[in-house]
Amino acid sequence: MPNSRRIRYFRRFFSPLGILSILSAGAVTGVLIVAGLGLPVRAANPASEEPAGHTVQSHAPPGMEGIQVPPPAFEPGLFPCSACHADMPVDTTPRKLKDMHTEIVLKHGPGMWCLDCHSAKNRDKLHLVDGTLIDFSKLYLLCGQCHGDKLRDWKAGVHGKRTGYWNGQKQYLLCVNCHNPHSPHFKPIKPKPAPVPPRDIQLSQGRTP
Amino acid sequence: MSKKFLSRNGAPGEDSTRPEGGSAVPEQDDAESASRRKFIGTTVLAAGAAMLAGPGSLAIEEFLQRNFHELSKQDLKEIIARLEKQYSTEYGKKVRVGDEPAMPGVLFGYGLDLSRCVGCRRCVYACVAENNQSRDPQIQWIRVLQMDKDKGVDLAHATCYYDPKEVPEEGHFYMPVQCHQCRNPPCVRVCPVKATWQEPDGITVIDYNWCIGCRYCMAACPYGARHFNWGLPHLPSDEMNPETHYLGNRPRPKGVVEKCTFCIQRTRKGRYPACVEICPTGSRKFGNLLDPNSEIRYIMEHKRVFIFKEQLNTQPKFYYFYGV
Amino acid sequence: MEKARSFWRFIQKSVRLVVTGNRYYYAWVVFLLLVMGFGVAAYVRQIKYGLILTHMRDQVSWGFYIGNFTFLVGIAAAAVMLVIPAYIYNWKPIKEITLLGEILALAALVMCLGFVLVDIGRPDRFWHIIPFVGLLNFPSSMLSWDVLVLNGYLFINWAVVTYMLFCAYQGKPYRKGLVYPLVILSIPWAVSIHTITAFLYNALPARPFWNASILAPRFLASAFCSGPAILLILLQVLRKMTRLEITDQAIFKIAELMAYAMGINLFLQGAEIFKEFYSHTEHFVFTQYLYFGFHGHNTLVPYAWASVLCGVAAFLLFLLPRTRRNWVTLNIGCVLIYSSVYIEKGMGLIIPGFTPSTLGEIYEYVPSWTEIKIAMGIFALGFLVFTFMLKVAVPIMLGEFTKAGNQPTGT
Repeated sequence: MPNSRRIRYFRRFFSPLGILSILSAGAVTGVLIVAGLGLPVRAANPASEEPAGHTVQSHAPPGMEGIQVPPPAFEPGLFPCSACHADMPVDTTPRKLKDMHTEIVLKHGPGMWCLDCHSAKNRDKLHLVDGTLIDFSKLYLLCGQCHGDKLRDWKAGVHGKRTGYWNGQKQYLLCVNCHNPHSPHFKPIKPKPAPVPPRDIQLSQGRTP
Repeated sequence: MSKKFLSRNGAPGEDSTRPEGGSAVPEQDDAESASRRKFIGTTVLAAGAAMLAGPGSLAIEEFLQRNFHELSKQDLKEIIARLEKQYSTEYGKKVRVGDEPAMPGVLFGYGLDLSRCVGCRRCVYACVAENNQSRDPQIQWIRVLQMDKDKGVDLAHATCYYDPKEVPEEGHFYMPVQCHQCRNPPCVRVCPVKATWQEPDGITVIDYNWCIGCRYCMAACPYGARHFNWGLPHLPSDEMNPETHYLGNRPRPKGVVEKCTFCIQRTRKGRYPACVEICPTGSRKFGNLLDPNSEIRYIMEHKRVFIFKEQLNTQPKFYYFYGV
Repeated sequence: MEKARSFWRFIQKSVRLVVTGNRYYYAWVVFLLLVMGFGVAAYVRQIKYGLILTHMRDQVSWGFYIGNFTFLVGIAAAAVMLVIPAYIYNWKPIKEITLLGEILALAALVMCLGFVLVDIGRPDRFWHIIPFVGLLNFPSSMLSWDVLVLNGYLFINWAVVTYMLFCAYQGKPYRKGLVYPLVILSIPWAVSIHTITAFLYNALPARPFWNASILAPRFLASAFCSGPAILLILLQVLRKMTRLEITDQAIFKIAELMAYAMGINLFLQGAEIFKEFYSHTEHFVFTQYLYFGFHGHNTLVPYAWASVLCGVAAFLLFLLPRTRRNWVTLNIGCVLIYSSVYIEKGMGLIIPGFTPSTLGEIYEYVPSWTEIKIAMGIFALGFLVFTFMLKVAVPIMLGEFTKAGNQPTGT
């Protein structure tokens, strides 16, 4: 290209509008780069979440006493046990029962039998290892002797079915509300139906929009 | 010789197919064609509007409604009144649409005990019932994955379609997945119209009246937590939960995205999400991460906690842990 | 005011030009309108019943529509292949036909916008995405960037094409100070539309198949192969059917540039293949699904391999000057590269990104008839827009449609 034409070309090229266009092109590219660098790069720092304002306190986990629990679900007519056992002779030999309570399947740890938990002297109560008698409504103290980690978690609200209010009154359940004390291992249950696979999600015939 | 379809006029006078009247275009012709075009244009617009009005009955107010963040208190009240009327008529019961704001000093966290989940799916259906999800086409906000114990958390060998007689099956463990309400949510980043955002209490919500249904958020979610109303949702009136929240479980229209909102209509009133309350083995835990005495904080301090797909730095507030 | 009136007359005369033609023209237009009608009917049904009429589901939430959209953005970006030699290097043989590339870009953009419109679940809420009218999540969302750059590119091309045609129609030379900056701007802008479309996918850590830095360069390389392929065929058609002078030189130069682009495209694909096969992490599962199938699911496998073979064959045909300069092999090469990139950037990109899903589920997506019909309708729309624009542009370029002259008619 001859020089004069080149000069004319560049003069026209660098007219005010030309310069403006080039600057805006550069600005667009620059913003793209800067935005690409500055866009969501969050530090992995969960501690920076505290909003202003007071922290809502849930009710502190109750102490050993005072946990509100529903009563254990006895079979009707079974409680109070002393109705039958008050006058019965006491036989502390570990054995398989033949006359009564034969429907109970005992599968709770090796070598355990009825009177390890039920008090021999007072059948309306349970007994702890040191002999202290406790009500059925406080049976978590008994279970907690061996299952201390579960008791700890349960008191914190972390073990077992959770209902109630997360920032208010929680509902605690007794161990026996979920676990059969004589055969505590959960039995398998029937699951609810599987989800519909995507290829079967279709417009049903005759369906009006 | 083939005819050419583009103009190849020679000099004037040579082309015998030229219209009579020479080069000037007659005035009447112009006016006629102009009015014809106007008529066609209006019809097309009207047809277009009618077509686009297809998705349900479209009130002008609903069409023009702005993003949730741009609504004044009065606007929101009117919108909620309109929605309550609409839902009450549709479902034949008194429906309440709440707009409870986030409680100050609260950041919700969720714990899921993998050692205790037995894969019974009661949480899935409790959620469906509580949150007014469409029964047909089926939408489920919670997916329970069955995994192999000897392979661990391995998605290549996971299935959500397990259907044995009884659960748990030998050699398997179960991992339910729902919205993790991430602190660094990829879905919020990518929404082109700001229809989804994270509330101050940590719940990622969707404005169902603003979402355009582009499904970019669904592509962005690493947990498959977002679901789309591909067809018109069907919810039987007798199964409809009338206690709703504007940003939560109110019945959704066709063509928008929805997902778990940590039962915003319950949790903002202090209650537990439906899935937490229904779980028969106590695998689900919920609480305020900012309260040092909450269950969720206890879990994080005392249990072995892990994050699903942690390397993606989504920083979820959904913590899987092993209780035993 | 005079200008506006003159422009209005120009529009009126153009419309008249568009609706007159010979019987082949009418047959073509009617055919396109029929296909469009077919698509519109399917779309009306889709609006009524929802996107459930497609085969997209939660597991594969983007499909045929977005695949076509991605491919067409590449076609639109390819106008740059003509603009650079024409305006940067001032190469005369191409300079005269740059307008045709920009018109192709316009038609491709119309199709892109069409595919986005049919894909969203609430088209009545389309206005939400308009800046200042709705609420655009800029700069956080890459889709918001895409809205801006695609419409900006549409505007630039439309402005340049309309202005230049109007000036030619008036018999006046166009003001270089007005056109050159816009045309020069369109070069980085074209690069940016495809880069940002690539970033749409690149940005998602949830989808390891897409979350690779190489995606944006791959997009550009494939765009520069496939767009000009259509252009080459079109130029030959125009040469035969009109009196437009398009030199062999121009066509062969474009073909040569395409050969370089194809080489880079194959290299970048090879680089990705190496990383997938050699590192063989769990993320290999997506590539495996695409090329080998996964647990008996192998719908995409034949297409994936066809794409690779077509791409390599096209590259060889374009690389060797003997086959590049032979009209038969050149056109075969164009068809091959177009098919290769159509598969690779369409279904071959979208579907493996979603399969397996984020929770390890395999849902084999194939487009439904609704999607195919609507896609055909949109392609027909694009062809129609393209035809109409050429119907006006070519006579102007030939000097047959001018302000002063007679209203040209079709023969």
